[in-house]
Amino acid sequence: MKAVEVRELVKDYGNFRAIKGISFAVNEGEIFGLIGPNGAGKTTALRVIATLLQITSGSVTVFGYELPKEAGEVRKIISYLPEEAGAYKNLTGKEYLNFIAKFFGEGEKFQNMVQRGLEIANLGERINDKVDTYSKGMTRLLLVGRALMVNPRLAILDEPTSGLDVVNAQEVRRIINSSVEAGVAVLLSSHNMLEVELLCHRIALINDGRIIASGTAAELKKEYDARNIEEAFVKAIK
Amino acid sequence: MIGNIIKKEFKELFILSTILPIVVIAIVFGSVGQMIGGVEESLEEKPVIGIVDIDDGDFSDIAMSVLTERAEVIYDGSDAEEGLKEVREENGVALLVIPENFSQNIYANHPGEIEIHWIMKGAGMMDSISSSVVEGLIQSVNQEISRKLIQQDSSSDPALVLNPTTRIDTTSFKGKEIEGLSPSQLGNMLNSQSIVIPIVVMMLIIMAGASVISSMGLEKENKTLETLLTLPVRRSHIVIGKIVGSALIGMIMAAIYMIGFSRYMSSFQISDINLADFGLALGMQDYLLVGISLFVALLAGLSLCIVLGTFAKNYRSAQTLVFPITALAMISMFATMFKDFDTIPVVLRILVFAIPFSHPMMAMRALMLDNYSLVIGGIAYTAVFTAIMIAVAVRIFNSDRLLTGSVQRRIPPRRLLWALRR
Repeated sequence: MKAVEVRELVKDYGNFRAIKGISFAVNEGEIFGLIGPNGAGKTTALRVIATLLQITSGSVTVFGYELPKEAGEVRKIISYLPEEAGAYKNLTGKEYLNFIAKFFGEGEKFQNMVQRGLEIANLGERINDKVDTYSKGMTRLLLVGRALMVNPRLAILDEPTSGLDVVNAQEVRRIINSSVEAGVAVLLSSHNMLEVELLCHRIALINDGRIIASGTAAELKKEYDARNIEEAFVKAIK
Repeated sequence: MIGNIIKKEFKELFILSTILPIVVIAIVFGSVGQMIGGVEESLEEKPVIGIVDIDDGDFSDIAMSVLTERAEVIYDGSDAEEGLKEVREENGVALLVIPENFSQNIYANHPGEIEIHWIMKGAGMMDSISSSVVEGLIQSVNQEISRKLIQQDSSSDPALVLNPTTRIDTTSFKGKEIEGLSPSQLGNMLNSQSIVIPIVVMMLIIMAGASVISSMGLEKENKTLETLLTLPVRRSHIVIGKIVGSALIGMIMAAIYMIGFSRYMSSFQISDINLADFGLALGMQDYLLVGISLFVALLAGLSLCIVLGTFAKNYRSAQTLVFPITALAMISMFATMFKDFDTIPVVLRILVFAIPFSHPMMAMRALMLDNYSLVIGGIAYTAVFTAIMIAVAVRIFNSDRLLTGSVQRRIPPRRLLWALRR
């Protein structure tokens, strides 16, 4: 079964067409990257799949559940990390993880989730401090922990390493890879094309609301005779 | 340089969302003021009364002369029942009966009795103005009789000269005949018992409403809303959770406020009248109805606030959105405080009924007068209003509005129930 199947998806904001009929699929246990410049439609596509935005036309299914009809079922199996996400400032990091985990399980399942969140966030004693006192990087680590602790079948990660330094970004990439090894499908977006090349099994290049090319990093580089994905993207949009 | 900063600040603060609520409040208060009418006009108007003079003596002639000069007398006869009927039909204030032996009693050093049958229309602060004018006329009658007594006979009892008449009040109000109280006394008594509720409701709505609207603003400002909306929880549960959470905060804040306020109010309590003596005391069932009315009004207010909160872009804009709620709560409070529901103009009456917060404000006074239909009707209306507002809020939560500021696609009504279940 496909983790995500998007067919001829169109999304309008009033008179503005942000997505102009894109189609792609994400397989189970795969990291699929949507890459493109700012305003290309990456976040809009992720928000539609994450049940946040209505579909103008086309279809989206997540593990066979159709959107928007089965949005409730989809929310049980996904985890979404927005690009500019925050956490509740008056809660401590641990209280925030507890709050989220309560939506996904009780008893031992709940305890295991929180424990996994604590391990992924890896904030040490600071996990007991209020989120208000965290740096941007610490907040992002907490949110990555939140997104992956719930053992989602599909993790939708919008710019997962946004705002992180090199060391923390590498740690987040390692966590994403280990989640995939545990069976999670990942759909991520980034405009950091080198990161995507490192992380993703398959990539779709998106520009001006359209997918202009897709395949593995090697296939795309070969197709555009490029040394890296960044170069392939530049050649693709010309 | 400083001019540049002032210009930037002005442009940033002088925006439609800041100005509009203030303009709306100004217009609404102006309109309400006009509709309620001026106190001065009411004081200058001649009160409409009826007079039954059975005495036909020297002092009743003085009374008649003062009253006919300063009031609009629509009945001047000898049949009290007929007079009362006419006063009622002509929307008058009172029927004054000067009984037989009125003048004779005064000559005999006994105060002359004047029976006043008041027709009370409302228990608001402004409703008793016309009866106060009539009370003023009785004072004038007293003065004229005193003058006559002093001129005629210097041996009169000084106490009698100072107070030559006594009043026997009977007030007819919403089907009840209350003996021994004038409309102003009755109005003061009812207001002293029911004034706390409108203030509690206003504080509760403003404080809890501000909490829920701010919560929406903070969700957007702190970028937590997107995560919340992708969690496996029904949108209706998010809406209800926010409403109940804010209601609890609002109730705590209002309780703290009311402890101080009730102490403040208790310093003004001078009335030792027992309501039960006049059949105006509330029973357990009445208090239960007041409680239900208050609870549903709070839910209605908060569900309206959560709809408004969806327009908040951040914490600052959320603060601005509290103004419409404050205005509505204040309109309800002042309208019900100054005028009785039955005596306000029809347009304002519709407005007051439509504002759900008005119902608990009016409930206590209405129940004292056994007006159950207004209270139960108000509860039913408020419950329906709440259900509609929650449905609207859930519909907005299911649309793109929260994230994009506009509704991408209209959800057909037949899908509303399905949307509520999500």
